[in-house]
Amino acid sequence: MEIQTKKESNATVVTITGRLDAVTAPEYEKKLNELIDDENICFVVDFAELDYISSAGLRVLLATAKRLKGKGGQIRFANVKGTVKEVFDISGFGSIFQMDDTVADALAKIG
Amino acid sequence: MKCAASVGNLFLVTEFVEECADRFGLETKRKFGLLVAVEEAFVNICSYAYPDREGEAELSCAVGGDAFVLEIADRGAPFDVLSLPDPDTTLGIMEREIGGLGVHFIRSLSDSVSYRREDGRNVLRMEFRPAEKGLS
Repeated sequence: MEIQTKKESNATVVTITGRLDAVTAPEYEKKLNELIDDENICFVVDFAELDYISSAGLRVLLATAKRLKGKGGQIRFANVKGTVKEVFDISGFGSIFQMDDTVADALAKIG
Repeated sequence: MKCAASVGNLFLVTEFVEECADRFGLETKRKFGLLVAVEEAFVNICSYAYPDREGEAELSCAVGGDAFVLEIADRGAPFDVLSLPDPDTTLGIMEREIGGLGVHFIRSLSDSVSYRREDGRNVLRMEFRPAEKGLS
């Protein structure tokens, strides 16, 4: 799994590539926590290049989102589709996260 | 196949299961569900089956009628993972518990799942039926 980050004017865009599973989920959590510790509190996570997600992945998405909410931050997910979206929907996570069709839409919503 | 029940071996499990599923001809969408369900079952074994020692997970694939059958087993203390309750998937972001999803996925992504205790092993059996032709 690769994580790329890009700072936009109103948020940090995090692009995840590959798999978010029991092995790679801790890396994502570590990276997000580092960014949050560094005073970034608005994020758009781009799922366009993510091939696979399991409950371990959802768990860290939830944990980091909770942490951000506690700090008054925001996190939105863009390009969640296909089988990854199915996993979100089965878990009920599809309705608790803010999802957008594109990164641009998400950045606009963050304002 | 058998391997040490350690999360670092997930890739071995994934490779094995994917190869079996491809030989059976399970289509992409069902295969994705299979891989998630297997990860959940394998990671549960890694996390809980052997609290005070090293242990192994055993996997086998078979064809049962028209279904692709995957069995995963451990030699830990008797425990029926299917007895765990499903998480409440209607809760909002701050109320949702961090855990509990693995078993929920195993149930939701497979066509049928059953547990048995056999020869000192906990065996979880999952079946995946190909989608019917003509339906998406």
